[in-house]
Amino acid sequence: MHRSFRLVAVLLAFLAFPFAAARAQLTIEIVGGAGTAIPIAIVPFAGESAFPLGISGVVAADLNRSAMFKMVSPDAVVPRPVKADDVQPDAWRARGADAVVVGSMQPLPDGRVEVRFALVDVVKKTTLAAVTYTVAPPQFRATAHKIADVIYEKLTGDPGVFSTRIAYITKSGPRYQLLVADADGSDPQTIVTSNEPLLSPRWAPDGTRIAYVSFEAKKPVVYVQNLATGGRQAVANFRGSNSSPAWSPDGRRLAVTLTKDGGSQLYIMNADGSNAQRVMTSGAIDTEAHFMPDGQSILFTSDRGGSPQVYRLNLGSGAVERLTFDGTYNVSPRPFPDGKGFAFVRRDGGRFQIASQDFASRQVQVLTNGPGDESPSIAPNGKLILYANEVGGRGILAAVSSDGRIKQRLVAPASDVREPAWGPYARP
Amino acid sequence: MKKIVFAALVAAFLVGCASTPTEAPVEDKSSSADPAATASTGASTSGTTTAGIGGTATGANPLKDPNNILSKRSIYFEFDSFAVSDQYKPVIEAHAKYLAANRNARVALQGHADERGSREYNIALGQKRADAVKRMMTLLGVQETIVETVSFGEEKPKNLGHDEASWAENRRVDIVYAGE
Repeated sequence: MHRSFRLVAVLLAFLAFPFAAARAQLTIEIVGGAGTAIPIAIVPFAGESAFPLGISGVVAADLNRSAMFKMVSPDAVVPRPVKADDVQPDAWRARGADAVVVGSMQPLPDGRVEVRFALVDVVKKTTLAAVTYTVAPPQFRATAHKIADVIYEKLTGDPGVFSTRIAYITKSGPRYQLLVADADGSDPQTIVTSNEPLLSPRWAPDGTRIAYVSFEAKKPVVYVQNLATGGRQAVANFRGSNSSPAWSPDGRRLAVTLTKDGGSQLYIMNADGSNAQRVMTSGAIDTEAHFMPDGQSILFTSDRGGSPQVYRLNLGSGAVERLTFDGTYNVSPRPFPDGKGFAFVRRDGGRFQIASQDFASRQVQVLTNGPGDESPSIAPNGKLILYANEVGGRGILAAVSSDGRIKQRLVAPASDVREPAWGPYARP
Repeated sequence: MKKIVFAALVAAFLVGCASTPTEAPVEDKSSSADPAATASTGASTSGTTTAGIGGTATGANPLKDPNNILSKRSIYFEFDSFAVSDQYKPVIEAHAKYLAANRNARVALQGHADERGSREYNIALGQKRADAVKRMMTLLGVQETIVETVSFGEEKPKNLGHDEASWAENRRVDIVYAGE
């Protein structure tokens, strides 16, 4: 089923995609992909040329960018199939495709459009998916991402993340902005603008709010902002520094690092900032808490052993376990959604790299080369890790697959981009 | 390696000193005091006026007199370290003395880190540096409640360069009086 391919040169996935040119928008380049890719043909949808933004181009761009697929040109096959029944498997097999996507866009009297699509496995000669959506034109892009998610899940076995959003921070001159965009970088929306640094955006599990750190009060203060209304609240504004927010899996509590009682220590509070309770007392730095997916323990960074290392605190028993031992700088732990391991930042010589570690085997896999990689954020399907790559003071975002084989670069023209946060599946 | 670090520290210290006068406008027009005398007697000669609060200071403001040790506002640290080096003890002692004599003064100790590594961990590192300076001040008799330690992590570098000499200037604690 799989054919190996390698992208030797930088592939500008968005060159084929005419609507990517908005200002300050991130564009995604695949800078390395290795191993298996599923050959797939995306046939232009019948009737889509009547609309300024079709569906099939966005679907193809999504799948292409994931580097899990190899695009097979549908051009030589005439007439173009529209429905699953029209697909002649042998003709597509002869062109090297394992799967074919067909579809149509049909205007309705009320101004909405009926979007139909089907995914056909031409090897097994079966229809893997056939879905009809009735949508208004502003939802075309979102519909295309949904279709790409269905295709990705049917063919790889993992849920797609094309419909999710990402948050990140840009710095242009003295101005900092917190932005939210679609996972493909399109439709960036500014959520916060400040003349002081912004840091550590963290999505609430329901996707309705983002917690972040702002220095606008000449010290770090943690805010929670509602994305729909723009309203926000300072949830941790104690004496000293307030930083590193992390949501509990149920979205009702936040772990934060506070210094109000001396030293950087971990607290858990309600999401409205009430009832901050210290979870542990140490004479060392404890920070960068992240809840495990089951909410029963947190991963955090501490220098209690003499150098910054990753630890796990069991919230029920209070037991603390050191997890990293290799090297003198292992920080920023982020649990994978399956709870089986975590991504983190390690220093190797002077290089900062993204790595992952398995809880059971303690096996460490180094995923990136550095030199300035930081702030990992894992996609909700656990397959991609978004991170910041700082070179010579200018930051870009990059992504690496959790097996280390696929690398992408997210490029924003003329600004310094950092602190990425991958949003949840939930999209209100 | 040690030599390089030391040289960098010295360089950072010198740059820090040199850049101090640009940080705050000097408004000691009435000052005719011998700078050495001012420095040696510390802040007690400045009486009850305190910097910034109410903006009613008359006469020399020792905090802004470039010849006064109180105008030195930065303490520099080695990589991954929060130990206050001996060379900065006179500066901290002078500020402790000033705070003891000026009961209305409030001060923020703003910790900073260089750009390497995790931004959040660097906030904690900057905090630990600020806390170390505060500990020295409280041991010298400064009331705990008038000193707030905060951290900017790597977010507010003094030097925008990306080499060891630049980083040495960014691993610091800045002493900032309320109203400044």
